[in-house]
Amino acid sequence: MRNERDRPYWIEGDVPHAPTPDQGPEPWGETKIVGTKRPRVDGYERVSGTAVYPTDLTLPRMLYGAILRCPHAHARVTAVDTSAAEKMPGVEAVLSAFTPDDAATTPHSAFIRARLFDPHCRYEGETVAAVAAETPYQAWDAVRAIRAEYERLPFVSDERRALEPDAPKVQDEGNQAGDTQHYSRGDVAAGFAEADVVLEEEYRTECEIHTPMEPHGCVARWDGDALTVWESTQGVYNVQNGVAASLGLPLSKVRVIGHYMGGGFGSKLSAGKYTLIAALLAKRAARPVKLVLTREETYLAVGNRPPSNMRLKAGVKRDGTLTALEYVGTGSGGAYRAGGISLLDWQVRDLYTCPNVRTELTDIYINAGPARPFRAPGHPQCSWALEQMMDALAEAIGMDPVQLRLRNVPTTSQARDGNPPYTTTGFRACLEEGARAFGWSEARAAASGDGPVKRGVGMAGGLWGYGAGGPPCTVFVKVFADGSVNLNMGASDIGTGTKTVMAMVVAEELGVDPDAVQIDHADTGTTAYASASGGSKTVPTESPTVRAAALDAKRQLLQLAAEELGLDVAALRLEDGKVVPAGDPSQAKALSELRGLRQRRMITGVGHRGPNPADKATCPFAAQFCEVEVNTRTGEVKIVRFVAAHDSGRVMNRLTYQNQVFGGITMGIGLGMTEVRVLDGDQTGKLVNKNWHDYKLPTALDVPADMTCVPIDVPDPEANIAGAKGIGEPATIPTAAALANAIYHATGVRITETPASPIKLVQALTDAGKGA
Amino acid sequence: MPKRTASTFARDDLPASAAGATGAPHHDIPSREPPGETRELAHRPGRQSEGLTGVVGRLRVAQAEQTIPLGQRHESLAECQVDAAPPAEGERLSKVTLVINGRQRQLQVEPRWSLAYVLRERLGLSGTKVGCDRGECGACTVLIDGVPRYACMTLAVELEGKPITTVEGLMRGEELGPTQQAFVEEDAYQCGYCTCGQIMAAEGLLRATPTPSLDEIRKQMSGNLCRCGAYPHIFAAVGRAAELRKGGAS
Repeated sequence: MRNERDRPYWIEGDVPHAPTPDQGPEPWGETKIVGTKRPRVDGYERVSGTAVYPTDLTLPRMLYGAILRCPHAHARVTAVDTSAAEKMPGVEAVLSAFTPDDAATTPHSAFIRARLFDPHCRYEGETVAAVAAETPYQAWDAVRAIRAEYERLPFVSDERRALEPDAPKVQDEGNQAGDTQHYSRGDVAAGFAEADVVLEEEYRTECEIHTPMEPHGCVARWDGDALTVWESTQGVYNVQNGVAASLGLPLSKVRVIGHYMGGGFGSKLSAGKYTLIAALLAKRAARPVKLVLTREETYLAVGNRPPSNMRLKAGVKRDGTLTALEYVGTGSGGAYRAGGISLLDWQVRDLYTCPNVRTELTDIYINAGPARPFRAPGHPQCSWALEQMMDALAEAIGMDPVQLRLRNVPTTSQARDGNPPYTTTGFRACLEEGARAFGWSEARAAASGDGPVKRGVGMAGGLWGYGAGGPPCTVFVKVFADGSVNLNMGASDIGTGTKTVMAMVVAEELGVDPDAVQIDHADTGTTAYASASGGSKTVPTESPTVRAAALDAKRQLLQLAAEELGLDVAALRLEDGKVVPAGDPSQAKALSELRGLRQRRMITGVGHRGPNPADKATCPFAAQFCEVEVNTRTGEVKIVRFVAAHDSGRVMNRLTYQNQVFGGITMGIGLGMTEVRVLDGDQTGKLVNKNWHDYKLPTALDVPADMTCVPIDVPDPEANIAGAKGIGEPATIPTAAALANAIYHATGVRITETPASPIKLVQALTDAGKGA
Repeated sequence: MPKRTASTFARDDLPASAAGATGAPHHDIPSREPPGETRELAHRPGRQSEGLTGVVGRLRVAQAEQTIPLGQRHESLAECQVDAAPPAEGERLSKVTLVINGRQRQLQVEPRWSLAYVLRERLGLSGTKVGCDRGECGACTVLIDGVPRYACMTLAVELEGKPITTVEGLMRGEELGPTQQAFVEEDAYQCGYCTCGQIMAAEGLLRATPTPSLDEIRKQMSGNLCRCGAYPHIFAAVGRAAELRKGGAS
């Protein structure tokens, strides 16, 4: 298995690919279908209830699984007595750390090298035992009847205290997870010396939990020695890989299917322990097993955005030139090495032109559930620090915040080796067009109000350090004898509209209706390889590949038609299911009438994802603007409106693109305003708000209805043959910082720790003598 | 209080966060409620992150009188249309007639089974989703007597004879109903897992208030979480659904 710690989304190293760069087709000129506003091709299934998500599935003879989890923050399991549970009604299989089973006791992934049932439970929610029974109610009855004995151990649940000498050790190596990571360029001391203003501030973002609407879960079924898993996942091939490696099976004996899935946000990129537990229970019971985690379990054990502590020192000249940035960050991926500081410094390193930068990142163990990638790992946290600092610097030198950013827009990726240029950067356009759409200057100049409710506006910029996509990826486009089309791709549609975008790409090239394109996807048994849908790389990976496959099919069709019509291939085009000669449209011939196609019954086009350009960087950029009203009596913040300008290359589907942007803003509002994992650090170390009542997601009443999406629709033909970059993650990066800056503009109070809750805001206003 | 409700909120004390279960062991029949006692439950408009949860709506708790003695279970299995897996020894089942999307379904259920469980796992009506199983997210929203309710917080045995509408019941044959159609047109979802619940909440709103204001839409839809954050499109879809329902398209 590949190491997923820091590179969760893609394969390391070079991979074979075709076509080679010099054989790539011309970029699209004007498009007919790509870029339009198009409802989803699978909308019917999603609104009618006929879409079967993995947790919806019922199979004949299917059992239900449930997991006993460690109730303590840190404990050693000394005994597990399952005898009573085994005798209970409906119970068909029981597993625990003390069940003789190789798979239950060997490390279950290279990612987190813990045993499936590890008697040393380093976090609340670690797996202890599992049951399969006829109904979920009976399974939970049996879980409750398991007698597990624990030796409770001292715990540490705050990374800010975990490196103190007397802190309980989470891992034998101590509580620092690996070496501190250093980065530097230029001379930071010299940079600060030439600055007119130097500011320094500490920031913190709280741990967030993904909590996708569909809980993590799967159905596992054995047919002899072959395993089929229906998994709620972002990447069926990642799951296949993890399950096969852990159970010692050939990949060909593990089929993973994930047609629909109810959200992941990075937490469903690989197989979970629950996947393996379901497979082992199913094996033991010789019946299919559905294992869906409870909502509470999803808070404990299947990932989070790590808490981040950041100190940022920045120097700027009076003319707005950034001279130096120094950044020290710590974070915690929980009890294992799970990316606690993943990409935490990238915005500081790369968003603005700055010759002198030094960063230092330290990952720290605590007794809490392991992190997983969470929508733009590290980036919203770093943005919270950097973009508030930019706001403060602008004020200190008397410059407009947008102008300060425009003064420092880079054209190269300074943080990468060799300082490569960007294939395209729309950052300047995001700032300028976003500000124009928002009415920034006027809104900024308007008074904040005389009453207790203060109005303010704020903004923030951002980039996602990745979002270029890349190989490997292979797609098939099949043209049936009547000219209708099947698209076969491995990628999951995690709700971003992937299927719809890809049907539009096929339609663009083959002249068919997108709704008429049948799609097979996300099934290791029937599709070619695709990496997981994450990292904002699905559209830039899949759409060029789908286009290449469609072009291959088109080439074959036109070749057939040219022979039959006695015309040159170059004189033919595909339109509305017909081959149309450019010179004489009246001679158009329906695809179904092509003799060659009728004889073959099917034309299959194959597309591979070509390589990304060498020595260049491809990144999406963003700028978001918002207006808030702060009630200085209560600390309540009403978010009035948002304008989001994004450069993600070509806009593939205006409707789903906008939806991604609004969703990113909503999730950013969660980070900035409402979300925090609360661990009872003083007494039990347990997570005290492991439900949606106490852990607050933004609701319909917490987000503004007035959101505006301003796409900087500039295709990036150098990046790939679709000209598209990713949008999913950049959409959430600047949001929280923009809100903090707007709150500051309204009140003069800076909230440096998320979330900007009424309690925190009232306290800050009172401390500053600005409460009403 | 019925055990169902009490145990729901005691769940955090359990090592396994035993949601999906009711806390009542299999042999423990829920205590009988006096006829007519009400309890709070279900759909919760008015949720806001820092605000209090406004619980509206009350439903009469039907008495679980239909519990069938163990010895009679096998005779009554004939009436159980979907109970493919026979219940284990020692369970007590109750007979209940549910009126789902206009059709009567006679079922044998454990008294602790939620309506969401029965719909999804026993009847195959998987358009009703479960996101939290404790009345927080609204993914399981159905209409009971035309009013949006959380099916995860409603016991199947409570619903003898009550008309229940699920998202499947909004279809006209294989055609989408107007509220469903509006959600497609406005792209009012991403992953789609909360969508059927959102649609049922919108349907309930529009049946009661055919022309809702934006504020009414936001309030009524606030009992349904969408982690993907499609809210602005959801607001637009509810407005569009109101148009479609009036415009003869429905």
